[in-house]
Amino acid sequence: MFVHLKDVSYTYNLNMPFETVALKGINLKVNRGEFIGIIGHTGCGKTTLLQLLNGLIEPTKGQIFIENVDIHKNKKKLKEIRKKIGLSFQYPENQFFEENIFKEIAFGPKNMGVAEEQLVQSVKKSLQMVDMDYQSFKDRSPFSLSGGEMRRVAIASILAIDPEVIILDEPTASLDPQSCSKLLSVIVDLYQKYHKTIIMVSHNMEIMAKLARRIIVMEKGEIIMDDTPRNIFQKSIDRLEDIGLSLPQVTYTMYKLKKIGKPVSSGILTVEEAKEEILKLVNENKK
Amino acid sequence: MMFFRNITIGQYIYRDSIIHKLDPRVKIITVILIITTIFLVNSWTGFFIIGFYLFINISLAKVHPKFVLKGIKPLLFIISFTLLIHFFTTPGDIIYRIWILNITREGIHRGLFISVRLFYLILSTSWLTLTTSPIALTDGIEKLLSFLKIIRVPAHEIAMMMTIALRFIPTLMEETEKIIKAQIARGADFESGNLVKRIQNFLPIIIPLFINAFHRADDLAIAMEARCYRGGEGRTHYRQLSINSIDHVFIIITLFILIVSYLWVV
Repeated sequence: MFVHLKDVSYTYNLNMPFETVALKGINLKVNRGEFIGIIGHTGCGKTTLLQLLNGLIEPTKGQIFIENVDIHKNKKKLKEIRKKIGLSFQYPENQFFEENIFKEIAFGPKNMGVAEEQLVQSVKKSLQMVDMDYQSFKDRSPFSLSGGEMRRVAIASILAIDPEVIILDEPTASLDPQSCSKLLSVIVDLYQKYHKTIIMVSHNMEIMAKLARRIIVMEKGEIIMDDTPRNIFQKSIDRLEDIGLSLPQVTYTMYKLKKIGKPVSSGILTVEEAKEEILKLVNENKK
Repeated sequence: MMFFRNITIGQYIYRDSIIHKLDPRVKIITVILIITTIFLVNSWTGFFIIGFYLFINISLAKVHPKFVLKGIKPLLFIISFTLLIHFFTTPGDIIYRIWILNITREGIHRGLFISVRLFYLILSTSWLTLTTSPIALTDGIEKLLSFLKIIRVPAHEIAMMMTIALRFIPTLMEETEKIIKAQIARGADFESGNLVKRIQNFLPIIIPLFINAFHRADDLAIAMEARCYRGGEGRTHYRQLSINSIDHVFIIITLFILIVSYLWVV
Protein backbone atom coordinates (compact mmCIF):
# COMPACT_ATOMS: atom_id res chain seq x y z
CA MET A 1 0.00 0.00 0.00
CA PHE A 2 1.37 3.35 -1.00
CA VAL A 3 -0.68 6.01 0.76
CA HIS A 4 -2.65 5.38 3.90
CA LEU A 5 -4.78 7.94 5.70
CA LYS A 6 -5.72 6.81 9.15
CA ASP A 7 -8.65 8.50 10.86
CA VAL A 8 -7.65 11.89 9.51
CA SER A 9 -9.54 15.04 10.44
CA TYR A 10 -8.84 18.60 9.48
CA THR A 11 -10.28 21.81 10.91
CA TYR A 12 -9.59 25.27 9.57
CA ASN A 13 -9.01 28.06 12.11
CA LEU A 14 -8.87 25.65 15.01
CA ASN A 15 -9.94 27.29 18.29
CA MET A 16 -11.03 30.48 16.55
CA PRO A 17 -14.51 31.93 16.13
CA PHE A 18 -14.43 31.02 12.43
CA GLU A 19 -13.56 27.37 13.07
CA THR A 20 -14.76 25.12 10.23
CA VAL A 21 -14.46 21.37 10.01
CA ALA A 22 -13.26 20.39 6.54
CA LEU A 23 -12.61 16.68 7.00
CA LYS A 24 -13.61 14.25 9.70
CA GLY A 25 -12.43 10.71 10.27
CA ILE A 26 -11.12 9.98 6.78
CA ASN A 27 -9.75 6.49 6.23
CA LEU A 28 -8.26 5.93 2.80
CA LYS A 29 -5.81 3.53 1.23
CA VAL A 30 -4.29 4.12 -2.17
CA ASN A 31 -2.25 1.49 -3.95
CA ARG A 32 0.24 1.93 -6.75
CA GLY A 33 -1.27 1.88 -10.21
CA GLU A 34 -4.72 3.06 -9.24
CA PHE A 35 -6.79 5.66 -11.06
CA ILE A 36 -8.98 7.29 -8.44
CA GLY A 37 -11.66 9.86 -9.11
CA ILE A 38 -12.93 12.02 -6.28
CA ILE A 39 -16.33 13.61 -6.64
CA GLY A 40 -18.36 15.80 -4.35
CA HIS A 41 -19.79 19.25 -4.00
CA THR A 42 -17.79 22.43 -3.68
CA GLY A 43 -16.75 22.67 -0.06
CA CYS A 44 -17.00 18.97 0.70
CA GLY A 45 -13.30 18.81 1.53
CA LYS A 46 -11.83 17.51 -1.73
CA THR A 47 -9.14 20.13 -2.05
CA THR A 48 -8.25 19.83 1.64
CA LEU A 49 -7.84 16.10 1.15
CA LEU A 50 -5.51 16.62 -1.82
CA GLN A 51 -3.38 19.05 0.15
CA LEU A 52 -3.12 16.56 3.00
CA LEU A 53 -1.90 13.87 0.62
CA ASN A 54 0.92 16.15 -0.46
CA GLY A 55 1.90 17.11 3.09
CA LEU A 56 1.06 20.77 2.49
CA ILE A 57 -1.13 20.88 5.55
CA GLU A 58 -0.94 18.81 8.69
CA PRO A 59 -4.04 16.93 9.87
CA THR A 60 -5.49 18.23 13.11
CA LYS A 61 -6.15 14.61 14.04
CA GLY A 62 -5.00 11.26 12.68
CA GLN A 63 -1.97 10.15 10.70
CA ILE A 64 -0.87 9.97 7.09
CA PHE A 65 1.46 7.19 6.03
CA ILE A 66 3.30 7.10 2.76
CA GLU A 67 5.12 3.84 2.18
CA ASN A 68 4.45 3.07 5.86
CA VAL A 69 6.20 6.21 7.09
CA ASP A 70 4.27 8.76 9.11
CA ILE A 71 4.99 11.86 7.02
CA HIS A 72 4.61 14.37 9.82
CA LYS A 73 6.94 12.52 12.19
CA ASN A 74 9.96 13.85 10.37
CA LYS A 75 9.46 17.27 8.79
CA LYS A 76 12.69 17.07 6.83
CA LYS A 77 11.31 14.18 4.84
CA LEU A 78 8.39 16.21 3.49
CA LYS A 79 10.34 17.26 0.42
CA GLU A 80 10.92 13.62 -0.44
CA ILE A 81 7.19 13.02 -0.10
CA ARG A 82 6.50 15.82 -2.56
CA LYS A 83 8.95 14.22 -4.94
CA LYS A 84 6.86 11.08 -4.88
CA ILE A 85 3.48 12.74 -4.97
CA GLY A 86 2.98 15.58 -7.43
CA LEU A 87 0.08 17.92 -6.88
CA SER A 88 -1.41 20.09 -9.58
CA PHE A 89 -3.77 22.69 -8.14
CA GLN A 90 -6.88 24.00 -9.81
CA TYR A 91 -5.87 26.48 -12.54
CA PRO A 92 -2.21 25.50 -12.23
CA GLU A 93 -1.23 28.05 -14.89
CA ASN A 94 -1.78 30.74 -12.24
CA GLN A 95 1.61 29.89 -10.77
CA PHE A 96 3.66 30.64 -13.85
CA PHE A 97 6.45 33.11 -13.24
CA GLU A 98 9.36 32.29 -15.53
CA GLU A 99 10.26 33.94 -18.81
CA ASN A 100 10.25 30.76 -20.86
CA ILE A 101 8.74 27.33 -20.72
CA PHE A 102 12.04 25.58 -20.20
CA LYS A 103 12.75 27.51 -17.00
CA GLU A 104 9.17 27.12 -15.84
CA ILE A 105 9.30 23.36 -16.08
CA ALA A 106 12.85 23.16 -14.75
CA PHE A 107 11.81 24.99 -11.55
CA GLY A 108 10.53 21.83 -9.88
CA PRO A 109 13.39 19.44 -10.62
CA LYS A 110 15.91 22.19 -9.83
CA ASN A 111 14.36 22.59 -6.38
CA MET A 112 14.45 18.86 -5.91
CA GLY A 113 18.18 18.89 -6.52
CA VAL A 114 18.38 17.55 -10.06
CA ALA A 115 21.77 18.38 -11.57
CA GLU A 116 22.02 21.11 -14.21
CA GLU A 117 23.01 18.68 -16.99
CA GLN A 118 20.03 16.46 -16.36
CA LEU A 119 17.52 19.30 -16.42
CA VAL A 120 17.29 19.32 -20.22
CA GLN A 121 16.55 15.64 -20.12
CA SER A 122 13.79 15.94 -17.56
CA VAL A 123 12.17 18.96 -19.24
CA LYS A 124 12.24 17.15 -22.59
CA LYS A 125 10.71 14.07 -21.06
CA SER A 126 7.92 15.88 -19.28
CA LEU A 127 7.01 17.93 -22.33
CA GLN A 128 6.86 14.73 -24.30
CA MET A 129 4.58 13.23 -21.68
CA VAL A 130 2.06 16.01 -22.24
CA ASP A 131 2.50 15.66 -26.00
CA MET A 132 4.28 18.93 -26.70
CA ASP A 133 7.33 19.49 -28.85
CA TYR A 134 10.45 20.43 -26.91
CA GLN A 135 12.19 22.40 -29.65
CA SER A 136 9.28 24.59 -30.64
CA PHE A 137 8.06 25.32 -27.11
CA LYS A 138 11.11 25.56 -24.86
CA ASP A 139 11.90 29.22 -25.57
CA ARG A 140 8.37 30.55 -25.68
CA SER A 141 6.87 32.50 -22.82
CA PRO A 142 4.42 30.43 -20.81
CA PHE A 143 2.05 33.41 -20.95
CA SER A 144 1.87 33.32 -24.74
CA LEU A 145 0.20 29.91 -24.83
CA SER A 146 -3.43 29.03 -25.35
CA GLY A 147 -5.47 27.92 -22.33
CA GLY A 148 -5.11 24.23 -23.10
CA GLU A 149 -1.38 24.49 -23.75
CA MET A 150 -0.87 26.44 -20.54
CA ARG A 151 -2.63 23.71 -18.61
CA ARG A 152 -0.45 21.05 -20.18
CA VAL A 153 2.75 22.98 -19.47
CA ALA A 154 1.60 23.41 -15.88
CA ILE A 155 1.09 19.67 -15.59
CA ALA A 156 4.45 19.07 -17.25
CA SER A 157 6.04 21.25 -14.57
CA ILE A 158 4.72 18.78 -12.00
CA LEU A 159 5.72 15.76 -14.07
CA ALA A 160 9.28 17.09 -14.26
CA ILE A 161 9.71 16.19 -10.59
CA ASP A 162 9.05 12.62 -11.73
CA PRO A 163 6.43 11.75 -9.11
CA GLU A 164 4.90 8.29 -8.84
CA VAL A 165 1.49 9.65 -7.93
CA ILE A 166 -0.07 12.58 -9.72
CA ILE A 167 -2.89 14.46 -8.06
CA LEU A 168 -4.98 16.63 -10.35
CA ASP A 169 -7.52 19.10 -8.98
CA GLU A 170 -10.12 19.81 -11.67
CA PRO A 171 -7.65 19.52 -14.54
CA THR A 172 -10.21 20.34 -17.20
CA ALA A 173 -11.83 23.34 -15.49
CA SER A 174 -12.81 26.08 -17.97
CA LEU A 175 -11.09 24.51 -20.98
CA ASP A 176 -12.74 24.43 -24.39
CA PRO A 177 -13.98 20.98 -25.52
CA GLN A 178 -11.03 20.38 -27.83
CA SER A 179 -8.35 21.23 -25.25
CA CYS A 180 -10.34 19.23 -22.75
CA SER A 181 -10.29 16.02 -24.76
CA LYS A 182 -6.61 16.57 -25.59
CA LEU A 183 -5.81 16.92 -21.91
CA LEU A 184 -7.83 13.83 -21.07
CA SER A 185 -5.89 11.77 -23.58
CA VAL A 186 -2.70 13.05 -21.94
CA ILE A 187 -4.02 11.91 -18.55
CA VAL A 188 -4.91 8.49 -19.96
CA ASP A 189 -1.37 8.25 -21.34
CA LEU A 190 0.10 9.12 -17.97
CA TYR A 191 -1.86 6.27 -16.47
CA GLN A 192 -1.48 3.61 -19.17
CA LYS A 193 1.77 4.41 -20.92
CA TYR A 194 3.79 5.95 -18.11
CA HIS A 195 2.24 3.90 -15.30
CA LYS A 196 1.56 6.80 -12.96
CA THR A 197 -0.91 6.49 -10.14
CA ILE A 198 -3.59 9.11 -10.68
CA ILE A 199 -5.87 10.81 -8.20
CA MET A 200 -8.19 13.24 -9.88
CA VAL A 201 -10.95 15.57 -8.77
CA SER A 202 -13.59 16.53 -11.30
CA HIS A 203 -17.15 17.74 -11.46
CA ASN A 204 -17.59 16.15 -14.84
CA MET A 205 -19.26 12.78 -14.31
CA GLU A 206 -18.76 11.69 -17.91
CA ILE A 207 -15.01 12.01 -17.50
CA MET A 208 -15.08 10.20 -14.19
CA ALA A 209 -17.16 7.32 -15.51
CA LYS A 210 -14.90 6.91 -18.51
CA LEU A 211 -11.47 7.24 -16.91
CA ALA A 212 -11.50 6.37 -13.23
CA ARG A 213 -11.16 2.80 -12.00
CA ARG A 214 -12.27 3.69 -8.52
CA ILE A 215 -14.52 6.51 -7.43
CA ILE A 216 -14.65 8.16 -4.05
CA VAL A 217 -17.73 10.20 -3.26
CA MET A 218 -17.35 12.82 -0.56
CA GLU A 219 -19.92 14.74 1.33
CA LYS A 220 -19.54 17.19 4.21
CA GLY A 221 -15.99 16.16 4.93
CA GLU A 222 -16.61 12.44 4.89
CA ILE A 223 -16.12 9.65 2.40
CA ILE A 224 -19.58 8.23 1.81
CA MET A 225 -18.85 5.88 -1.09
CA ASP A 226 -15.72 4.18 -2.35
CA ASP A 227 -16.22 1.73 -5.16
CA THR A 228 -15.82 1.06 -8.88
CA PRO A 229 -17.62 3.51 -11.18
CA ARG A 230 -19.99 0.79 -12.33
CA ASN A 231 -21.05 -0.13 -8.83
CA ILE A 232 -21.47 3.46 -7.80
CA PHE A 233 -23.47 4.48 -10.83
CA GLN A 234 -25.55 1.31 -10.60
CA LYS A 235 -26.35 0.84 -6.97
CA SER A 236 -26.24 4.28 -5.55
CA ILE A 237 -28.13 6.36 -8.08
CA ASP A 238 -30.76 7.52 -5.60
CA ARG A 239 -28.18 8.31 -2.97
CA LEU A 240 -26.20 10.35 -5.49
CA GLU A 241 -29.30 12.24 -6.51
CA ASP A 242 -30.11 12.88 -2.86
CA ILE A 243 -26.87 14.73 -2.33
CA GLY A 244 -27.38 16.53 -5.62
CA LEU A 245 -24.65 14.98 -7.72
CA SER A 246 -25.46 14.35 -11.33
CA LEU A 247 -24.94 11.07 -13.18
CA PRO A 248 -23.23 10.73 -16.52
CA GLN A 249 -25.86 11.55 -19.13
CA VAL A 250 -25.88 8.07 -20.71
CA THR A 251 -26.13 6.42 -17.34
CA TYR A 252 -29.04 8.64 -16.49
CA THR A 253 -30.82 7.99 -19.79
CA MET A 254 -30.52 4.24 -19.36
CA TYR A 255 -31.62 4.49 -15.75
CA LYS A 256 -34.76 6.34 -16.85
CA LEU A 257 -35.42 3.77 -19.59
CA LYS A 258 -35.23 1.05 -17.02
CA LYS A 259 -37.53 2.96 -14.72
CA ILE A 260 -40.27 3.09 -17.35
CA GLY A 261 -40.00 -0.68 -17.66
CA LYS A 262 -37.62 -1.26 -20.55
CA PRO A 263 -35.40 -4.33 -20.05
CA VAL A 264 -32.01 -2.62 -20.18
CA SER A 265 -29.21 -3.11 -17.72
CA SER A 266 -28.40 -0.19 -15.43
CA GLY A 267 -24.96 1.07 -14.61
CA ILE A 268 -24.11 1.92 -18.20
CA LEU A 269 -21.06 4.15 -18.30
CA THR A 270 -20.26 4.84 -21.93
CA VAL A 271 -22.13 5.71 -25.09
CA GLU A 272 -20.81 2.50 -26.66
CA GLU A 273 -22.40 0.35 -23.98
CA ALA A 274 -25.62 2.31 -24.25
CA LYS A 275 -25.67 1.76 -28.02
CA GLU A 276 -25.36 -2.00 -27.56
CA GLU A 277 -28.16 -2.05 -25.03
CA ILE A 278 -30.50 0.07 -27.12
CA LEU A 279 -29.79 -1.97 -30.28
CA LYS A 280 -30.59 -5.11 -28.34
CA LEU A 281 -33.83 -3.53 -27.22
CA VAL A 282 -34.79 -2.44 -30.74
CA ASN A 283 -34.03 -5.85 -32.22
CA GLU A 284 -36.11 -7.56 -29.58
CA ASN A 285 -39.01 -5.28 -30.35
CA LYS A 286 -38.73 -6.13 -34.07
CA LYS A 287 -39.16 -9.82 -33.34
CA MET B 1 1.34 26.07 6.63
CA MET B 2 -0.92 28.89 7.71
CA PHE B 3 0.72 32.12 6.78
CA PHE B 4 -1.85 34.82 7.28
CA ARG B 5 -4.34 33.40 9.73
CA ASN B 6 -3.15 35.46 12.64
CA ILE B 7 -3.65 38.94 11.29
CA THR B 8 -6.57 40.61 13.06
CA ILE B 9 -5.87 44.24 12.16
CA GLY B 10 -8.62 45.55 9.94
CA GLN B 11 -10.87 42.61 10.62
CA TYR B 12 -14.59 43.19 11.05
CA ILE B 13 -16.64 41.09 13.45
CA TYR B 14 -20.39 41.35 13.30
CA ARG B 15 -22.26 41.65 16.57
CA ASP B 16 -25.64 43.06 17.44
CA SER B 17 -24.50 45.97 19.58
CA ILE B 18 -25.04 49.71 20.07
CA ILE B 19 -21.53 50.40 18.88
CA HIS B 20 -22.06 48.47 15.64
CA LYS B 21 -25.19 50.48 14.98
CA LEU B 22 -23.52 53.85 15.40
CA ASP B 23 -23.09 55.94 12.29
CA PRO B 24 -19.65 55.28 10.79
CA ARG B 25 -18.96 59.01 10.58
CA VAL B 26 -19.50 59.31 14.32
CA LYS B 27 -17.10 56.45 14.95
CA ILE B 28 -14.44 57.86 12.65
CA ILE B 29 -14.67 61.29 14.28
CA THR B 30 -14.59 59.64 17.72
CA VAL B 31 -11.36 57.84 16.85
CA ILE B 32 -9.81 61.05 15.52
CA LEU B 33 -10.83 62.83 18.72
CA ILE B 34 -9.46 60.05 20.90
CA ILE B 35 -6.14 60.04 19.07
CA THR B 36 -5.83 63.81 19.34
CA THR B 37 -6.62 63.71 23.05
CA ILE B 38 -4.17 60.88 23.68
CA PHE B 39 -1.38 63.09 22.48
CA LEU B 40 -2.55 66.12 24.41
CA VAL B 41 -3.19 64.47 27.74
CA ASN B 42 -0.31 64.78 30.16
CA SER B 43 -1.47 63.15 33.35
CA TRP B 44 -1.97 59.61 34.56
CA THR B 45 -5.47 60.44 35.70
CA GLY B 46 -6.26 61.54 32.15
CA PHE B 47 -4.89 58.31 30.72
CA PHE B 48 -6.83 56.35 33.26
CA ILE B 49 -10.08 58.06 32.24
CA ILE B 50 -9.43 57.44 28.53
CA GLY B 51 -8.51 53.83 29.24
CA PHE B 52 -11.72 53.34 31.16
CA TYR B 53 -13.68 54.97 28.34
CA LEU B 54 -12.07 52.66 25.74
CA PHE B 55 -12.77 49.67 27.93
CA ILE B 56 -16.46 50.61 28.12
CA ASN B 57 -16.60 51.11 24.34
CA ILE B 58 -15.06 47.73 23.65
CA SER B 59 -17.34 45.92 26.08
CA LEU B 60 -20.38 47.68 24.62
CA ALA B 61 -19.33 46.35 21.21
CA LYS B 62 -19.62 42.78 22.56
CA VAL B 63 -16.36 41.87 20.89
CA HIS B 64 -14.19 39.60 22.99
CA PRO B 65 -11.27 41.58 24.45
CA LYS B 66 -9.02 38.71 23.38
CA PHE B 67 -9.56 39.81 19.80
CA VAL B 68 -8.65 43.38 20.43
CA LEU B 69 -5.54 42.34 22.32
CA LYS B 70 -4.54 39.97 19.55
CA GLY B 71 -4.20 42.94 17.21
CA ILE B 72 -1.65 44.42 19.57
CA LYS B 73 0.58 41.36 19.62
CA PRO B 74 2.49 42.07 16.41
CA LEU B 75 3.18 45.62 17.64
CA LEU B 76 4.39 44.62 21.10
CA PHE B 77 7.94 44.70 19.85
CA ILE B 78 7.68 48.28 18.64
CA ILE B 79 6.06 49.35 21.88
CA SER B 80 8.73 47.77 24.07
CA PHE B 81 11.44 49.14 21.81
CA THR B 82 10.23 52.73 22.19
CA LEU B 83 9.86 52.14 25.90
CA LEU B 84 13.52 51.12 26.23
CA ILE B 85 14.80 53.90 23.98
CA HIS B 86 13.08 56.45 26.18
CA PHE B 87 14.35 54.81 29.35
CA PHE B 88 17.95 55.23 28.34
CA THR B 89 18.11 58.36 26.24
CA THR B 90 16.17 60.94 28.23
CA PRO B 91 18.41 63.21 30.28
CA GLY B 92 17.48 63.94 33.91
CA ASP B 93 17.70 62.42 37.39
CA ILE B 94 19.67 59.20 37.19
CA ILE B 95 18.05 56.58 39.34
CA TYR B 96 19.72 53.44 38.04
CA ARG B 97 22.88 52.68 36.15
CA ILE B 98 23.66 49.64 33.99
CA TRP B 99 27.17 49.66 32.55
CA ILE B 100 27.24 52.90 30.48
CA LEU B 101 23.48 53.23 30.29
CA ASN B 102 21.61 55.53 32.63
CA ILE B 103 17.98 55.18 33.45
CA THR B 104 16.40 58.47 34.42
CA ARG B 105 13.23 59.32 36.23
CA GLU B 106 12.10 61.45 33.29
CA GLY B 107 12.96 58.60 30.93
CA ILE B 108 10.71 56.15 32.74
CA HIS B 109 7.97 58.75 32.82
CA ARG B 110 8.16 59.56 29.11
CA GLY B 111 8.69 55.98 28.03
CA LEU B 112 5.59 54.82 29.86
CA PHE B 113 3.60 57.76 28.48
CA ILE B 114 4.57 56.95 24.90
CA SER B 115 3.83 53.24 25.34
CA VAL B 116 0.42 53.93 26.78
CA ARG B 117 -0.26 56.32 23.89
CA LEU B 118 0.71 53.70 21.30
CA PHE B 119 -1.33 51.10 23.13
CA TYR B 120 -4.43 53.34 23.13
CA LEU B 121 -3.84 54.26 19.50
CA ILE B 122 -4.03 50.64 18.45
CA LEU B 123 -6.93 49.91 20.79
CA SER B 124 -9.06 52.73 19.42
CA THR B 125 -8.35 52.03 15.76
CA SER B 126 -9.04 48.31 16.13
CA TRP B 127 -12.21 49.22 18.01
CA LEU B 128 -13.23 51.12 14.87
CA THR B 129 -12.40 48.42 12.33
CA LEU B 130 -13.71 45.56 14.46
CA THR B 131 -17.12 47.19 14.75
CA THR B 132 -17.49 48.88 11.36
CA SER B 133 -17.88 46.94 8.14
CA PRO B 134 -15.47 48.00 5.38
CA ILE B 135 -18.34 49.30 3.30
CA ALA B 136 -19.72 51.44 6.12
CA LEU B 137 -16.22 52.67 6.81
CA THR B 138 -15.62 53.86 3.26
CA ASP B 139 -19.10 55.33 3.05
CA GLY B 140 -18.32 57.30 6.17
CA ILE B 141 -14.97 58.46 4.82
CA GLU B 142 -16.59 59.51 1.57
CA LYS B 143 -19.18 61.60 3.39
CA LEU B 144 -16.60 63.12 5.68
CA LEU B 145 -14.36 64.03 2.78
CA SER B 146 -17.16 65.32 0.59
CA PHE B 147 -16.68 68.93 1.73
CA LEU B 148 -13.26 68.70 0.06
CA LYS B 149 -14.98 68.28 -3.28
CA ILE B 150 -15.08 72.06 -3.48
CA ILE B 151 -11.32 72.06 -3.90
CA ARG B 152 -11.62 69.17 -6.38
CA VAL B 153 -10.55 66.36 -4.09
CA PRO B 154 -12.13 63.25 -5.65
CA ALA B 155 -13.76 62.03 -2.45
CA HIS B 156 -15.92 59.42 -4.14
CA GLU B 157 -13.04 57.97 -6.13
CA ILE B 158 -10.85 57.78 -3.04
CA ALA B 159 -13.62 55.96 -1.19
CA MET B 160 -14.19 53.62 -4.14
CA MET B 161 -10.50 52.75 -4.30
CA MET B 162 -10.50 52.04 -0.58
CA THR B 163 -13.57 49.83 -0.88
CA ILE B 164 -11.99 47.85 -3.68
CA ALA B 165 -8.67 47.57 -1.88
CA LEU B 166 -10.35 46.35 1.30
CA ARG B 167 -12.53 43.97 -0.66
CA PHE B 168 -9.54 42.35 -2.31
CA ILE B 169 -7.30 41.96 0.72
CA PRO B 170 -8.76 38.57 1.71
CA THR B 171 -8.92 37.43 -1.92
CA LEU B 172 -5.28 38.27 -2.53
CA MET B 173 -4.25 36.66 0.74
CA GLU B 174 -6.06 33.50 -0.20
CA GLU B 175 -4.40 33.58 -3.58
CA THR B 176 -0.97 34.15 -2.08
CA GLU B 177 -1.46 31.17 0.15
CA LYS B 178 -2.50 29.04 -2.81
CA ILE B 179 0.50 30.14 -4.88
CA ILE B 180 2.84 29.49 -1.96
CA LYS B 181 1.38 26.01 -1.57
CA ALA B 182 1.62 25.31 -5.28
CA GLN B 183 5.26 26.36 -5.39
CA ILE B 184 6.02 24.29 -2.28
CA ALA B 185 4.45 21.35 -4.10
CA ARG B 186 7.02 22.02 -6.82
CA GLY B 187 9.76 21.79 -4.22
CA ALA B 188 10.23 25.49 -3.49
CA ASP B 189 11.76 26.25 -0.13
CA PHE B 190 10.92 29.47 1.65
CA GLU B 191 12.52 28.76 4.97
CA SER B 192 16.21 28.25 4.36
CA GLY B 193 19.14 29.94 2.65
CA ASN B 194 20.81 33.31 3.12
CA LEU B 195 19.14 36.68 2.64
CA VAL B 196 19.76 37.02 -1.11
CA LYS B 197 18.57 33.48 -1.68
CA ARG B 198 15.46 34.11 0.39
CA ILE B 199 14.56 37.23 -1.57
CA GLN B 200 15.05 35.29 -4.79
CA ASN B 201 12.78 32.61 -3.41
CA PHE B 202 9.98 35.12 -3.24
CA LEU B 203 9.93 35.78 -6.96
CA PRO B 204 7.88 32.64 -7.69
CA ILE B 205 5.23 34.06 -5.34
CA ILE B 206 5.34 37.76 -6.19
CA ILE B 207 5.29 37.43 -9.98
CA PRO B 208 2.22 35.19 -10.28
CA LEU B 209 0.49 37.25 -7.60
CA PHE B 210 1.01 40.48 -9.57
CA ILE B 211 0.00 38.91 -12.85
CA ASN B 212 -3.21 37.61 -11.29
CA ALA B 213 -3.90 40.91 -9.56
CA PHE B 214 -3.59 42.81 -12.85
CA HIS B 215 -5.88 40.33 -14.58
CA ARG B 216 -8.38 40.79 -11.79
CA ALA B 217 -8.16 44.57 -11.97
CA ASP B 218 -8.75 44.42 -15.72
CA ASP B 219 -11.78 42.18 -15.32
CA LEU B 220 -13.18 44.36 -12.56
CA ALA B 221 -12.77 47.53 -14.62
CA ILE B 222 -14.59 45.95 -17.55
CA ALA B 223 -17.34 44.63 -15.30
CA MET B 224 -17.81 48.08 -13.79
CA GLU B 225 -17.93 49.76 -17.17
CA ALA B 226 -20.37 47.16 -18.42
CA ARG B 227 -22.63 48.28 -15.61
CA CYS B 228 -22.19 51.91 -16.64
CA TYR B 229 -20.11 53.00 -13.69
CA ARG B 230 -18.81 56.50 -14.35
CA GLY B 231 -17.69 57.85 -11.03
CA GLY B 232 -19.25 59.84 -8.24
CA GLU B 233 -21.23 62.54 -10.07
CA GLY B 234 -24.90 62.14 -9.17
CA ARG B 235 -24.49 58.66 -7.74
CA THR B 236 -26.94 57.69 -5.03
CA HIS B 237 -26.39 55.26 -2.20
CA TYR B 238 -28.29 52.12 -1.34
CA ARG B 239 -27.41 52.54 2.30
CA GLN B 240 -28.22 56.03 3.48
CA LEU B 241 -26.24 57.18 6.46
CA SER B 242 -28.27 58.91 9.11
CA ILE B 243 -27.33 60.36 12.44
CA ASN B 244 -29.92 59.77 15.14
CA SER B 245 -30.24 60.45 18.83
CA ILE B 246 -27.97 57.60 19.95
CA ASP B 247 -25.23 59.07 17.80
CA HIS B 248 -25.78 62.48 19.38
CA VAL B 249 -25.66 61.08 22.89
CA PHE B 250 -22.56 59.06 22.10
CA ILE B 251 -20.62 61.96 20.65
CA ILE B 252 -21.61 64.27 23.52
CA ILE B 253 -20.50 61.74 26.13
CA THR B 254 -17.29 61.15 24.24
CA LEU B 255 -16.53 64.85 24.01
CA PHE B 256 -17.27 65.32 27.71
CA ILE B 257 -15.03 62.44 28.77
CA LEU B 258 -12.18 63.51 26.53
CA ILE B 259 -12.30 67.11 27.71
CA VAL B 260 -12.38 65.98 31.33
CA SER B 261 -9.41 63.68 30.77
CA TYR B 262 -7.47 66.57 29.24
CA LEU B 263 -8.30 69.16 31.89
CA TRP B 264 -8.03 66.87 34.92
CA VAL B 265 -4.63 67.43 36.37
CA VAL B 266 -4.18 66.28 39.91
